[in-house]
Amino acid sequence: MNNEKKILQILNELTGTDVSNKRDDNLFETGLMDSMASVQLVVDLEEACHVTIPISEFDRNEWDTANKIIQKVATLQ
Amino acid sequence: MINLQPYASPTYFILLIITLLPAMIALYYGRRLQIYEAVWTFGFLVLTFGGNKWHQGLALIFYVIFQLLLILLYQRYRKQHNSTVVFITMVLLSILPLVCVKLAAGLALQKLSFLGFLGISYLTFKTVQIIMEQRDGTIKAIRARNFLRFLLFFPTVSSGPIDRFRRFQADVVKLPDRDTYARMLDKGTQFLFRGFVYKYMLGYLFGTLWLPKIAQLAMAHRQAFHGLGLSWSLLFYMYDYSMYLFFDFAGYSMFAIGISYFLGIKTPQNFNAPFISHNIKDFWNRWHMSLSFWFRDFIFMRVTFFIMKKRLMKNPVRISQVAYLINFLVMGFWHGLTWYYIVYGLFHAVAIILNDVWLRFKKKHLKGLPHNSLTEGIAIFITFNTVCLSFLIFSGFLNTLWFR
Repeated sequence: MNNEKKILQILNELTGTDVSNKRDDNLFETGLMDSMASVQLVVDLEEACHVTIPISEFDRNEWDTANKIIQKVATLQ
Repeated sequence: MINLQPYASPTYFILLIITLLPAMIALYYGRRLQIYEAVWTFGFLVLTFGGNKWHQGLALIFYVIFQLLLILLYQRYRKQHNSTVVFITMVLLSILPLVCVKLAAGLALQKLSFLGFLGISYLTFKTVQIIMEQRDGTIKAIRARNFLRFLLFFPTVSSGPIDRFRRFQADVVKLPDRDTYARMLDKGTQFLFRGFVYKYMLGYLFGTLWLPKIAQLAMAHRQAFHGLGLSWSLLFYMYDYSMYLFFDFAGYSMFAIGISYFLGIKTPQNFNAPFISHNIKDFWNRWHMSLSFWFRDFIFMRVTFFIMKKRLMKNPVRISQVAYLINFLVMGFWHGLTWYYIVYGLFHAVAIILNDVWLRFKKKHLKGLPHNSLTEGIAIFITFNTVCLSFLIFSGFLNTLWFR
């Protein structure tokens, strides 16, 4: 499974909704994610995609849509 | 020698703007007068911490040198190594002066109070943040002068808003083009004038004119309700103090942000209509935002990350509850070592935990609950009163009412 699919799956589980079709929706403004979910996301991404994401890297504005998250993980790899 | 306290008098504002003009004109023409800005900062630091406040000035000098050494030492160390023990030692050393000052104030230890100066609580957020980012590797090379400029950025030195080093440095380096800068001047001026209305009109009305009178009334009823002093006057005190706290602090923040904009620095906002929050979580995204976001990013998220990564606990709900407690307790202690600041922290931890319980319950069992202006209004009403109650605790008035 490629990273994109893995990330979408993680996000779907985390938010309890299917985000595949709303990849540019702001996950924080729509209330789908909060700080707790962000940390869970970081932990899950580190395990699934073999990247290290220091908490300092997690600037909300850069991680607030599915597409941005996919891009971010790609740059960290 | 004269001494001027930040944003406290018309003279101060006039002096501030006139001396800033050269730097502002330069920015308008696309240049940053680094040396002028440094001299200007030094001059205003002398005005704030000189004269009869010279002992604070000494404490500030000691503090700045100490923090600079810590950051440079740790930077050197991090090039080769990354031990957790060293990291924790560095963070503890960095907060040590603040801890001493808070202990001195809370336990009336005169010997330690010489370390204190106006703004030490806010500067400590900046230094700890840099050490954490050095650990994470997001700040790799920090130069002494950039660190000093960030730490001592004069508009925010006394009470924030708390900026982040990388964000601040990007603003320093990337000068706004003329149109953007003109808009920033426009916004900055608006901030200043809104700040005047907030702090010197509304804050003055609620704080200086009304608060002492309501306090007297409430004290006259201190035997009411089984000696607990629960009276209508106390309720008025709670609302009036909350308004005063907001307008005074939001007004002050606007001055700091406005002057920052004049210097081409987009200092983050501190308030976003907090009294229309529809729950406590929403409230902390709107109240003293630069502080609550700092706590979110450097305490809450790190605590939860640590617990999850080390698999100390499994249940995410429990993890978040533990993290909330730690987060808000630290915030309480940061405000000061008195029972009412610590209870204020605990109160908000409990409130946000209950808020989460309610949100989960609603999601599970109350799917049919309508979302309309009535339910929204009820939510805002409950949140507003919860928040005002927390401010009554925070005010320390209950301490006077009950124990003095």
